[in-house]
Amino acid sequence: MSAVQEALPAIRGSRDATVRRFALTDAIFHGMTRAAAILVLVLLGGVAISLFAGSWQALSTFGFSFLTSESWNPVTEKFGALAPIYGTIITSAIAILIAVPLGIGIAIFLTELCPRPLRRPIGMAVELLAGIPSIIYGIWGLFVLAPFLQTTVQPFIISAFHGIPGLNSLFAGPPYGIGLLTSSLILAIMVLPFITSITKDVFDTVPPVLKESAYGIGCTTWEVTRRVVIPYTRIGIMGGVMLGLGRALGETMAVTFVIGNAHRISTSLFAPATTISATIANEFTEAVGDLYTSSLVALGLILFVITFLILAIARYMLMRIDARTGA
Amino acid sequence: MSTATSLHQSRKRKNSVMMTLCVAAAGIGLAWLALILGALLYKGLSGVNLAVFTEMTPPPGDSGGLLNAIYGSIVMTIIGVVVGTPIGVLAGTYMAEYGRFSKLTTVVRFINDILLSAPSIIIGLFVYELMVRPMGHFSAIAGAVALAILVIPVVVRTTEDMLNLVPNALREAGTAIGAPRWVVIKSVAYRAALSGIVTGILLSIARISGETAPLLFTALNNQFWSSNLNAPMASLPVTIFQFALSPYEEWQQLAWTGALIITLTVLALSIFARSLTGRREDK
Repeated sequence: MSAVQEALPAIRGSRDATVRRFALTDAIFHGMTRAAAILVLVLLGGVAISLFAGSWQALSTFGFSFLTSESWNPVTEKFGALAPIYGTIITSAIAILIAVPLGIGIAIFLTELCPRPLRRPIGMAVELLAGIPSIIYGIWGLFVLAPFLQTTVQPFIISAFHGIPGLNSLFAGPPYGIGLLTSSLILAIMVLPFITSITKDVFDTVPPVLKESAYGIGCTTWEVTRRVVIPYTRIGIMGGVMLGLGRALGETMAVTFVIGNAHRISTSLFAPATTISATIANEFTEAVGDLYTSSLVALGLILFVITFLILAIARYMLMRIDARTGA
Repeated sequence: MSTATSLHQSRKRKNSVMMTLCVAAAGIGLAWLALILGALLYKGLSGVNLAVFTEMTPPPGDSGGLLNAIYGSIVMTIIGVVVGTPIGVLAGTYMAEYGRFSKLTTVVRFINDILLSAPSIIIGLFVYELMVRPMGHFSAIAGAVALAILVIPVVVRTTEDMLNLVPNALREAGTAIGAPRWVVIKSVAYRAALSGIVTGILLSIARISGETAPLLFTALNNQFWSSNLNAPMASLPVTIFQFALSPYEEWQQLAWTGALIITLTVLALSIFARSLTGRREDK
């Protein structure tokens, strides 16, 4: 009894020491995790600041006309971003117009029509395809798709729309193979897996009882999809589309292969053009002079601002879907 | 009666038309992708031989291999993952454990999701301004840092998701026997979420091993063997980019072969990563 009482202070002392040690380690670990989380914020802030600093020279030289000028002349050092901005927006818009109906169609197929044993393999195939590097799509576009379009599809379209006003300037020759339309097709196939997998995911959030009650009053599969599933998941689909759009806008390598790198704005979809990312990828290492480099960084800043806004809207929409399902 | 029947008929017709279109969409999507993979196998396989893995990238018009490019890709990928993973795991840990309900977590999650889909060429520009310009030259280490920045958001996302799946009862059991928070996280939460976290790391490797844009003006390229981290280094994607756009047939063939190697690596990594967590989803 007395021995225990004598030992007690020592035990208490070592226990306090252990508790203190635990608390200290815990505080260190807590601090480390918190610092890492803050680093993520710092990264994005650093990207914004460094792009802004790097593009300052070009922005202060050209001012607002940088956004509205079409000229891109390294010799006279006159730079304007209009042609790359035009190319970026047109290729992404066409890509989304092609990919969204296909993606929603595939999602409906996967959730409503596909035989159960095939669902997982096909769904997984779609997700794996999202991971294929963009350079693969680029090399395929350059060596397979572009020659095919040049020899087969484009001459046919050019002659078919020859006499029709409007369409004849949209599809004016000569058929280069590479250009706006080819880039759009490559972008469409690249964003298709993203749009499909997000649409499929949000379709899966529709409570079965809603669909069953629609089937119960005699609706066809299409009517259930059109009147119940799509209205219920509208925000989520929009989020997926915006996410795909963000990808398409920033996609670099695949487009660089097939866009043709021509700094001009042409009404023809068959004409070579350029995009923001393709211009940077092609010219950055060869840029001579600070103003040239700075103009390219300024292009990067424009791309960063556009994609940031698009992605922020996309995430906001998808967060609203998550909040509703309580996920 | 006849109007009711015709309405029924037209609804049924509309349904079958739309459903046929959906099947057609799936068919088009799958056929398109099969075309790409088919062309890749067809053109890439014909160039696979031992020289690809044992010889350096050749000068124009000569035969050679991709050894220095493969080596460069592996080195920069490893450094990128080694640097990016701890940061990603720690940040994910904060978001799921210490700061699960804090405002910081909400903000970090939002920013991280944006980083996840941000154009990789922007990251390349950032690292150029951050490292290449101050150092005065291109270097493999700058390329590796660019890749690390791409690794972080993937790992943050999966770590947070996987830790959030760990049942709270497990953590409470740990806390109840007197374990401090970091021991609970280390010995209970990490262990329960291990396969998921590893999946995230593998997926991030799959992502960066094919990235070209961030390496273009950080690591640049190098036609010769180089293991100097402070000098430009070749990588498989950048070499493919350079060779595919060249007019030389030998270079184009090597580009296809390199593309096949990257694709198979990425697909193998993704399938392996998914098989780690796939079993849980089946339940």
